[in-house]
Amino acid sequence: MRNVLTIARKELNAYFQSPIAYVLIGAYAAMFGYFFWSLVYFFVRASMQAQMTGRTMPMNLNELVIRNLLGNCGVLCLFMIPMLTMRLFAEEKSRGTMELLLTSPLKDWEILLGKWAGAVGMYASLLAFSGLNLIFLFAYGKPDWKPLAVGYLGLLLQGAAMLALGMFLSSVTQNQIAAAFSTFVLLLMLWVFEWMSNMDQNVVTEVLTYVSLLRHNESFIKGVLDLKDVLYYASVSFLGLFLTARSLESLRYRG
Amino acid sequence: MIQVDGLTKRYAHTVAVDHVSFSVEKGQIVGFLGPNGAGKTTTMRMLTCFMPPSEGTASIAGFDVVKQPLEVKKRIGYLPETPPVYPDMEVGEYLQFVARIKGVPEKEVLQRSQEAAAKCFVKDVWSKLIGKLSKGYRQRVGLAQAIIHNPEVLILDEPTSGFDPKQILETRDLIKSLAGAHTIVLSTHILQEVKAMCESLVIINKGKIATSGTMEDLTRRNGAVMEVSVPEGALGAEDLSAPFSSLEGVNGVTATNDGGLWRIDVDTLTSEDLRPKLAQIVLGKGWNLYRLDSAAVSLDELFLSLTTLAAEEVKQ
Repeated sequence: MRNVLTIARKELNAYFQSPIAYVLIGAYAAMFGYFFWSLVYFFVRASMQAQMTGRTMPMNLNELVIRNLLGNCGVLCLFMIPMLTMRLFAEEKSRGTMELLLTSPLKDWEILLGKWAGAVGMYASLLAFSGLNLIFLFAYGKPDWKPLAVGYLGLLLQGAAMLALGMFLSSVTQNQIAAAFSTFVLLLMLWVFEWMSNMDQNVVTEVLTYVSLLRHNESFIKGVLDLKDVLYYASVSFLGLFLTARSLESLRYRG
Repeated sequence: MIQVDGLTKRYAHTVAVDHVSFSVEKGQIVGFLGPNGAGKTTTMRMLTCFMPPSEGTASIAGFDVVKQPLEVKKRIGYLPETPPVYPDMEVGEYLQFVARIKGVPEKEVLQRSQEAAAKCFVKDVWSKLIGKLSKGYRQRVGLAQAIIHNPEVLILDEPTSGFDPKQILETRDLIKSLAGAHTIVLSTHILQEVKAMCESLVIINKGKIATSGTMEDLTRRNGAVMEVSVPEGALGAEDLSAPFSSLEGVNGVTATNDGGLWRIDVDTLTSEDLRPKLAQIVLGKGWNLYRLDSAAVSLDELFLSLTTLAAEEVKQ
């Protein structure tokens, strides 16, 4: 356990010692800030119109602002995750530090779990920055915090699953750009399988719809905690970690 | 301490290491000598559990590298060809990280990393970024990393590459001082290095062991060399060689004088060591003996003859 923590801490520090963390946090904060500002703007304008025309339509912050906001965050993941995972193993391999890790008394799973935990920690700190905007909603309105918490949990689980897949792709190459791009394409494919739900229903489209990352995030964003979706993300994470372990093993044989 | 038996590494089309066997006693420094691409690094990688052998076994301190890799890894310090450092980390931070993953107890992490830094002369750059250091410093950080958990066995792949002459001397002294407490295997293609540090030697070429043994065994040839001084003008070359040519097993004797001392080369037919007898004769005659050595080939000659001979065999 201590080994996992040591590696995780090293990974988390590595993000902040390189410009990656600051560039990503800055970009994420800017994008999220823009989403937040524009959604609140529409919300305020809609509620003013409602007042002027005298129609008393129930306006819900959770439904109109938070739900859309978190949905957009999910899309941002698509671009952020490859940048977080590309260096995890590819950098160690190209620098020769992989030799240090593999000849230290560490088990393979300790290495990959530590790296994954470090990346999840980095991703969680991105999410935390987005939370700063939401303070304003609580200061001036009364949104319900429970669906919001479930939404964030969904984003975290979704990110963790995507990070595990990205980590696997980083472990099969020495080239960070190749790792980042292949991760992006894989995540994009998993994303757009969602479209299959609109096609003719058959076994293939149903399966592909089910494996779509987007579909499983929908209920979280609505504030519904569904065991089925939690299990989905947990199993995608496990798959990513398992493939990474296999990939490390084959690395030893290929040299 | 290290026992290697028939170690082999095959790739799809090549055999990088071919049935290599040798053993190293506790506290020894063994030089692993060979031209580039001879299989030195691959052998070391198998010893450090970085890659498994295709065939054969190796054990370190009694633990098998395939069956008990964790036990082996606890007992080895390894400096690969390129020092495994993170350029974005500070030296001190890096050493503490390594100490932790090598299993040093948390209480001792700081102390051990400072000790290792001091031993390898990198204490003065403790809080500098590794990426900003010169190659020599980086190499020494790599060396500090290898000794940080006080391992029984040190495996060093070309430890002095990239050093300036002063650093080379310091590093050699450092490595020599580590022997005894640690068993050291170091690879190099610099012959002086081996002469300066190693007690015994494994010469590897094209993945095979060309020869191995102690430094003296490998370079000794039949016969002996003496340097003596005799009373002024009393004796000629023949007078000097005569007493030795009558000895049993002596093939030929030549005496030469280049200004100061007489040099007498004694050739023998067998590998029997005649030095005690030779000394008795010299002293019996009342000459002054300045040097008495077994005849030796230089390491350079030995290395070249072994590695080029093998290359010709391959061509045929």
